Amino acid sequence: MTDPTDPTERKGWLGLLAKAPPATLAALWEGAPDHEVLRAPETGAVMVQGRMGGTGAPFNLGEMTVTRCSVRLPSGEVGHGYVQGRDKDHARRVALIDALMQGPGAADLRARVLEPLALAAARKAEDRAAKAAATRVEFFTLVRGED
Amino acid sequence: MYVAVKGGERAIDNAHAFLAEERRGDPAVPELSVAQIREQMTLAVNRVMAEGSLYDPDLAALAIKQARGDLIEAIFLIRAYRTTLPRFGASRPVDTGAMACERRISATFKDAPGGQVLGPTFDYTHRLLDFKLLAEGEAPVAPTAAPRRELTPHITEFLNKDGMIEVEVQSDVTPPDLTREPMELPADRALRLQSLTRGDEGFLLGLAYSTQRGYARNHAFVGELRIGTCSVEMEIPELGFAVEIGELTLTECETVNQFKGTKTEPAQFTRGYGLVFGQTERKAIAMALVDRALRWKELGEDDSGAPAQDEEFVLMHADNIQATGFLEHIKLPHYVDFQSELELVRKLRASAADALREAAE
Repeated sequence: MTDPTDPTERKGWLGLLAKAPPATLAALWEGAPDHEVLRAPETGAVMVQGRMGGTGAPFNLGEMTVTRCSVRLPSGEVGHGYVQGRDKDHARRVALIDALMQGPGAADLRARVLEPLALAAARKAEDRAAKAAATRVEFFTLVRGED
Repeated sequence: MYVAVKGGERAIDNAHAFLAEERRGDPAVPELSVAQIREQMTLAVNRVMAEGSLYDPDLAALAIKQARGDLIEAIFLIRAYRTTLPRFGASRPVDTGAMACERRISATFKDAPGGQVLGPTFDYTHRLLDFKLLAEGEAPVAPTAAPRRELTPHITEFLNKDGMIEVEVQSDVTPPDLTREPMELPADRALRLQSLTRGDEGFLLGLAYSTQRGYARNHAFVGELRIGTCSVEMEIPELGFAVEIGELTLTECETVNQFKGTKTEPAQFTRGYGLVFGQTERKAIAMALVDRALRWKELGEDDSGAPAQDEEFVLMHADNIQATGFLEHIKLPHYVDFQSELELVRKLRASAADALREAAE
């Protein structure tokens, strides 16, 4: 059993939830637990940075839309959602799951929500990588007719 | 001088109603959905995100629909929208070395580890119109092969090992942001790169092409071009650690350029860099060439007076929203300005006519 308060664990599920397509997450989880809204869902921008030459000093590449939300459960757990895009329900859902993952329902949520999401994300990435792999050039050298 | 004139209100309302009708086109033809634009006009969407400087495919698709396909107008809409958003902060710099590459080619190393992966490219197509697209067909399915699981290393890393190419200076200095502070010249490279990545593709293409034709020639090879997805990580103050908040498609181009060396530095290759939102490879290559041309001073090269070396010329004219704003404003009413010009020309003509008459007498 993993420790739900471990920051590396939490980092993992927050990233997975943020990157999940909103409709996929909504289909997997329709929970509506009692909660207090600490920060109502709001949409803003995050400045994305790159590095010169891929590895050098940072520069500003441009912004992306991000929506965030924070909630507190009656049992005290605080959840945060920071998600790409402008979907307020998605941000709230992520914040609620983040809070619930810190309580006794973590194992159940992991099995019902996180694992299917991780599997879907891996499948999607694998599918794109497989299509790219088929376009890899296999060089061969023609034997020249001299000598 | 501008003087407020009333009376255009009805004409303006009706012009906008006419615009709305024209935007819809023939009602017998099904209306285009924003999702269709996002999925099937992806490269237009990418350009609007890159030059609008806001990564949001749905909004870019909406802007394209609203702008009737005028991409600069769409970019204008996105730029206007982004000013309404509160800034939550900055991401950590994206790690393009960890990119899930869908395309990755090198013009310099045939047998680069990770291979030459063509991806969904127009290269090697015959550029013949495909009349099959006139008819609705089945959705095509691409072939697959065993996917690569390891990260794809940057090609410049191999040159780095032998000291054959300049090394990027490691730093975590907070870069200047031209959306927060007006751009001041001379600009450092971070500011130049921000300006170039949101600059007009056509303008950068023309400048980059001029360097290839000999204006500030620096003989660029595409060391590597890669397109794929990168995760974006951001430090969340409430959490006290960084989490991934999303995923972007990016195009990165690294050029390898000749450098003869100086008294203190041996001959080695130098670098130009392009990084742009979306699948936007023409822009990324152009950006890398112009970045390299603008670096002449720090590399101790001669100023050949070429436009691509002139920071003021490049950076002050690369932004198509600034450019179109100033260009297009001259079509708006300038009646009073023009009235005074008219008076002046009349006076000049009258005095010239008087002078002629006097000379004849």
